[in-house]
Amino acid sequence: MTLLSVRDLRVAIGAARPVDGVSFEIGAGETFALVGESGCGKSLTALALMRLLPEAARIAGGAVQLAGTDLFALPEARMREVRGGRIGMIFQEPATSLNPVMTVGSQIAEALRLHAGSADPRRIVELFAAVGIPDPERRADEYPFQMSGGMKQRVMIAMALAGEPELLIADEPTTALDVTIQAQVLDLLARLAKERGMAMLLITHDLGVVARMADRVGVMYAGELVEIAPRAAFFARPAHPYAQRLFAALPDTASRRTRLATIPGSVPNPAERHAGCRFVSRCAAALPVCGTVPPPWREPAPGHRVRCHLEAVAKIGAGGTAPTATAEQPPPPAEPLLETHALKVHFPIRRGVLQRAVGWVRAVDGVDLSIAAGRTLALVGESGCGKTTVGKAILGLQPVTSGTVKLLGRVREGLAPGEMQMVFQDPFGSLNPRLSIDAIVREGRPDADVPALLRQVGLAPEMAARYPHEFSGGQRQRIAIARALAVAPRLLICDEPTSALDVSVQAQILNLLLDLQERLGLAYLFITHNIAAVEFLAHEVAVMYLGRIVEQGTAEEVLENPRHPYTQALLAAVPKLTGTVGERLLVSGDPPSPAHPPSGCHFHPRCPRAAARCHAAYPATAVISATHWVRCYFPD
Amino acid sequence: MKFVLLWSDALFFLLVVTAIVGGLWARRIEHLRVSWRRVGQSRVAMAAATLLVAFVAVALLDSLHYRERLPGEGENYAVEVRSALDALLAGLRTRTEKTYSAPLATHSFAKETIEGEGRDFPRLKYGGAHLGDELGRHEMDIALRAVQGLALGLIAWLALWLAGAPLRRRATHLAWEAVFATLFALCLVSGVAAALAGGYHVLGTDKVGQDVLYLTLKSIRTGLLIGTLTTLIMLPAALFLGILAGYAGGWVDDVIQYLYTTLNSIPGVLLIAAAVLMMQVVIDTHPDWFATAAERADARLIALCAILGITSWTGLCRLLRGETLKLRELEYVQAARALGVSSLRILTRHILPNVMHIVMIAIVMDFSGLVLAEAVLSYVGIGVDPNTISFGTMINTARMELAREPMVWWSLASAFVFMFALVLAANLFADAVRDAFDPRGAR
Ligand SMILES: Nc1ncnc2c1ncn2[C@@H]1O[C@H](COP(=O)(O)OP(=O)(O)OP(=O)(O)O)[C@@H](O)[C@H]1O
Ligand code: SF4
Ligand code: SF4
Ligand SMILES: [Mg+2]
Repeated sequence: MTLLSVRDLRVAIGAARPVDGVSFEIGAGETFALVGESGCGKSLTALALMRLLPEAARIAGGAVQLAGTDLFALPEARMREVRGGRIGMIFQEPATSLNPVMTVGSQIAEALRLHAGSADPRRIVELFAAVGIPDPERRADEYPFQMSGGMKQRVMIAMALAGEPELLIADEPTTALDVTIQAQVLDLLARLAKERGMAMLLITHDLGVVARMADRVGVMYAGELVEIAPRAAFFARPAHPYAQRLFAALPDTASRRTRLATIPGSVPNPAERHAGCRFVSRCAAALPVCGTVPPPWREPAPGHRVRCHLEAVAKIGAGGTAPTATAEQPPPPAEPLLETHALKVHFPIRRGVLQRAVGWVRAVDGVDLSIAAGRTLALVGESGCGKTTVGKAILGLQPVTSGTVKLLGRVREGLAPGEMQMVFQDPFGSLNPRLSIDAIVREGRPDADVPALLRQVGLAPEMAARYPHEFSGGQRQRIAIARALAVAPRLLICDEPTSALDVSVQAQILNLLLDLQERLGLAYLFITHNIAAVEFLAHEVAVMYLGRIVEQGTAEEVLENPRHPYTQALLAAVPKLTGTVGERLLVSGDPPSPAHPPSGCHFHPRCPRAAARCHAAYPATAVISATHWVRCYFPD
Repeated sequence: MKFVLLWSDALFFLLVVTAIVGGLWARRIEHLRVSWRRVGQSRVAMAAATLLVAFVAVALLDSLHYRERLPGEGENYAVEVRSALDALLAGLRTRTEKTYSAPLATHSFAKETIEGEGRDFPRLKYGGAHLGDELGRHEMDIALRAVQGLALGLIAWLALWLAGAPLRRRATHLAWEAVFATLFALCLVSGVAAALAGGYHVLGTDKVGQDVLYLTLKSIRTGLLIGTLTTLIMLPAALFLGILAGYAGGWVDDVIQYLYTTLNSIPGVLLIAAAVLMMQVVIDTHPDWFATAAERADARLIALCAILGITSWTGLCRLLRGETLKLRELEYVQAARALGVSSLRILTRHILPNVMHIVMIAIVMDFSGLVLAEAVLSYVGIGVDPNTISFGTMINTARMELAREPMVWWSLASAFVFMFALVLAANLFADAVRDAFDPRGAR
């Protein structure tokens, strides 16, 4: 039975058509996932359904029916009953979706009053329990700022459930969360959908999440749906060239240190008019007709529909340009380029008028790392575990509390620009908008050879005269890399260099990093929470939890044979493309605050294997092999 | 004739030159050019700017000071310091009546005992004197002159329109229609005023018979000076301390924060009153410092600007500190530090250009506030020297005039209308500048 049917939906912002003729259906109790890169119109589609478009945008055409009700024909007052009643919605950023000056309980009560008529306190507790908030009576009296991101997202879900919706729209519900928390929230959503027979429109850019959650999948590109398929068929045989390329661009173990297939170019501007297929400028399989005639819908298999001119769409194998293997011998063990010893960074917590330190945030609490020339050490861990602080402390941007950083055997004094550089996460914050690209690249060395550097990172030398706002995220990241390379460093500290980028662009940057390492013999400290990128690039992996390294070893050792329960949980929590849930070791709860680390092993409150001694003292290092060690009492 | 360069003149010229040079420089900097172009595309902003330029032109004329050579042998100069505007408006300045007269009146406002005729309204010495005994022609004459003035204004406007043609062709993206519409209104009004001023006191006269139009025109310079010099004086301190506090952090930040919080917690008027009174004492006990009364009044004006500046830098300083604090943590600043770029260079390359929009916005937003502050301070008697013509002193004297029966309304009304035009233009312009420079509003 069809619950929601969207027909030829169009959204206009001025002359641009960010959503241009989207049609799909969602059956009762079905989870439909909408995937696509940023800016392809996923969120606007959802907002248009709810008639919640931003000021500048308007619905330019189409029809939406919710179980026979024409939503676009309803008066606004009736529509308000539908929102939060028959359709619930949760957003990406739980922090900004809750009112900071009301307790979460009263916010739920308000939602209940609106949609169920009365706010029975027992219902609030029930809802809180349903979304897995422990100790619901007490939690209802807390304010949003007292809760972690995962908890806030649970509150949002509880609020969406208050109206007993038939359809839940979830826009990137876990993008702002850590992997272990993401796994918890996804499990919760899957369970709730099943228990309540609730349909779900899940919007995401993460194919792993799709594989885990969806019954059917819709792929969006530049304001249009290009493929609709049942999950199994989609993951087994993606039909549209764009979908195939997306899969090929994903880094994973199979692609370890081999070039990823990339999609050249970037998503077209929504203001552009298209005569034919919107993907034509980036499509390797394009036919002459593609540029002039809009492609028709074809149905290579029942229920699997794709919009492409290629007759044989279903037969194309995944992956456009085949990944090229790079021959790689394990390099001889070299002198470490960089070594840290018992590195500690503690931030004071200041209170009162006199601003006296009343406690310390142990952001980094005794970290030993070593990186050899030409190698990549990946530092993984959840948000707030101290990864960025380690990077800044090594560089000298952050004063260390104690411990040493040695460069080529000598203790580093102050900054060492010629030896180490950093590439930051946010491609928009890392370039001064007031300076031209030329000035930015020359920042560290006024006599730098800008054209050569730009060519080295895959940009045209003519771009030097332009300003940052004219570049896309991926291009900005390349510029930031060129700026770092200008001083010819030997070690590049990359702090989440791809986490703000789309999959296809992420592949380009990862390829670039790999290239540069091979050509220039750079060493990388690769800070990330993206396990797939680690699998792709790292030689060694260090896993960090609450300021300390809990496991370290070569990439094969740690990723294939994790010994620390936290590492195991982290790896298990990453949504896999196969969608298999399998035997999972899920950790419960949130990471504790580094201001008040738990006694003994920091992981014990969340550890499924914790024993009595784990509460008492921090475990010593257990050696697994010459390169692999772990800090746990039960390293087997 | 001997030129006199008062301190305020020098500062004012400096300011105008800086603004022009800054404008030329901004044309070469991409993001500034873009922002200013956005200002130029706004009709309201261009109309306001036209009015402001007219005001600045009057103030500039009023800043060219000289002393007349006295007739006779030797190098003797008059004690009064006059400006180019005074020379231009010599007619208005010299034709003083005995006391109040209403706008365009032929007779005095108050009855006097006239020999042989008893108590009556005496004829004015200058106002409508050309009518002789044909007082019946009064209204006719005014209408005639007004029409002449309109024609004059129209001709002047047409001349400007033709002269502006190449400009309009070259910079087609600017809102020229707003400029010329404002100029049109301005030309007509000044044309009529000029034509009428030949025979009458257009805005009446004040207690000692001075022409009110002359007084209001003279007030413009004082208002503009206070509005701009004050910002100029406070800017370096606010900029330096604000950025320093934000960038250096630690105890430097603590000291600067302490300083401005303390200053802020003292009521501003008290502080200003105390400082002004002290300054007055100093000036009064050292009459030998100043060659002329004009110089003394000028010193007092500058001192007032300084005092207003010193008491008003805290707001901007706080804004700048906050912004710098944010910028310091931005990744491009971190990247620059990692590249070993010196702190000074980081400040000038990364911080300063990125807080300039705040400075820009603060300057234009503060301007109207300061013009109003001058009026208020002079009204309560702690503003400019009583001999300096300003909106504040005009309003101050109007206090008595409003209590008279019948009321003398024209000084207050003229001061009000001129000040309103100035402040409104400044506010509208400030709004446009803020919209154009605020990065959040950037498209
Ligand atoms: N300047 C600072 N003052 C006080 N506390 C800080 C400061 N910088 C970081 N912290 C705290 O130190 C801890 C570690 O922060 P860090 O930024 O290194 O985490 P991270 O692992 O990089 O997290 P993410 O994945 O979110 O980037 C956090 O609890 C953070 O709140
Ligand atoms: S229609 Fe043509 S350009 Fe578009 S995806 Fe298919 S083959 Fe490529
Ligand atoms: S030491 Fe104990 S609590 Fe810590 S990770 Fe190992 S088993 Fe878990
Ligand atoms: Mg970080």
